[in-house]
Amino acid sequence: MRLKNDTPSLDVVDLKILEALQEDARQTYTAIGKRLGIAHSTVYDRIRRMEQHGIIKKYTTLIDAERVGARNLTAIMTVYTDPKESEKVAEKLCEAPEVLEVYTSLSEELLIIAKVIAENQESLHAFIANSVAPLPGVLRIRTSIITKKFKETQPSIRNNSNGLTFIKKKYNRKRRR
Amino acid sequence: MKERENVSRILRTLPREKAFYFFTSIGNYTGESASSLKEFMEKINEVNLKSLEFHLHRGDFEKWIAEVLEDNELAEEIGKLQKLNLTGDVLRNYLYKTVSKHYYNLISGSMRRYI
Repeated sequence: MRLKNDTPSLDVVDLKILEALQEDARQTYTAIGKRLGIAHSTVYDRIRRMEQHGIIKKYTTLIDAERVGARNLTAIMTVYTDPKESEKVAEKLCEAPEVLEVYTSLSEELLIIAKVIAENQESLHAFIANSVAPLPGVLRIRTSIITKKFKETQPSIRNNSNGLTFIKKKYNRKRRR
Repeated sequence: MKERENVSRILRTLPREKAFYFFTSIGNYTGESASSLKEFMEKINEVNLKSLEFHLHRGDFEKWIAEVLEDNELAEEIGKLQKLNLTGDVLRNYLYKTVSKHYYNLISGSMRRYI
């Protein structure tokens, strides 16, 4: 399967390695090799190749902020913009450390959706009032503060007849009777 | 001389980052802003009532007028309004009356000096 930007194609073994790493990135090459029935050196080579080509971007840690004691507040901010300025607004938002994720979307109007963290409601408001609302091209902002998190996962990569898709493994494993 | 400088400072047009941005609640920006006392006065009659209630009760108007426009006299007047716990159109009318009276006093005072 050919991927974007001249990156090498991925076969079933690569995809299975990626799947294993997404479950636990700290497991050894031997453990992955054992699980897939291949040599640890093969696992090593393939992981290195995927790292070099940017298929594996980085290894990170999922932290449970509540257990650490951080009382951060998370909000989803929808920024309605002048279409001409939308790109610049999105780029500016990306520079702010309070902003975790930035997306653009086209519904009835062109809008930017961003995930924001702040210490409390007051600092969230100060950030939006002082750093987002004054940006040229911002028309309106709607912010929803997240009150409870029910699920947070990373998508798993799957290879099916339609090509590569990102979907949680457990849904694919469901058998029909 | 000093007084004239003060008046023109209060009546100046502010850069975008120092303007007052009207919100209806935490994080919800209405799209309306005011870059001068005159514009602020005009917006009082245009913005959503919820926004006026939100900012007055938080003390945002008082703070912006004192710290950014540097008009302590008007800030004090707005502070008094805050204590009255006004809501709805009554709040809008009182707020407009207070700000416009002060604004036209400043304007007429500065005009008189040129006559």
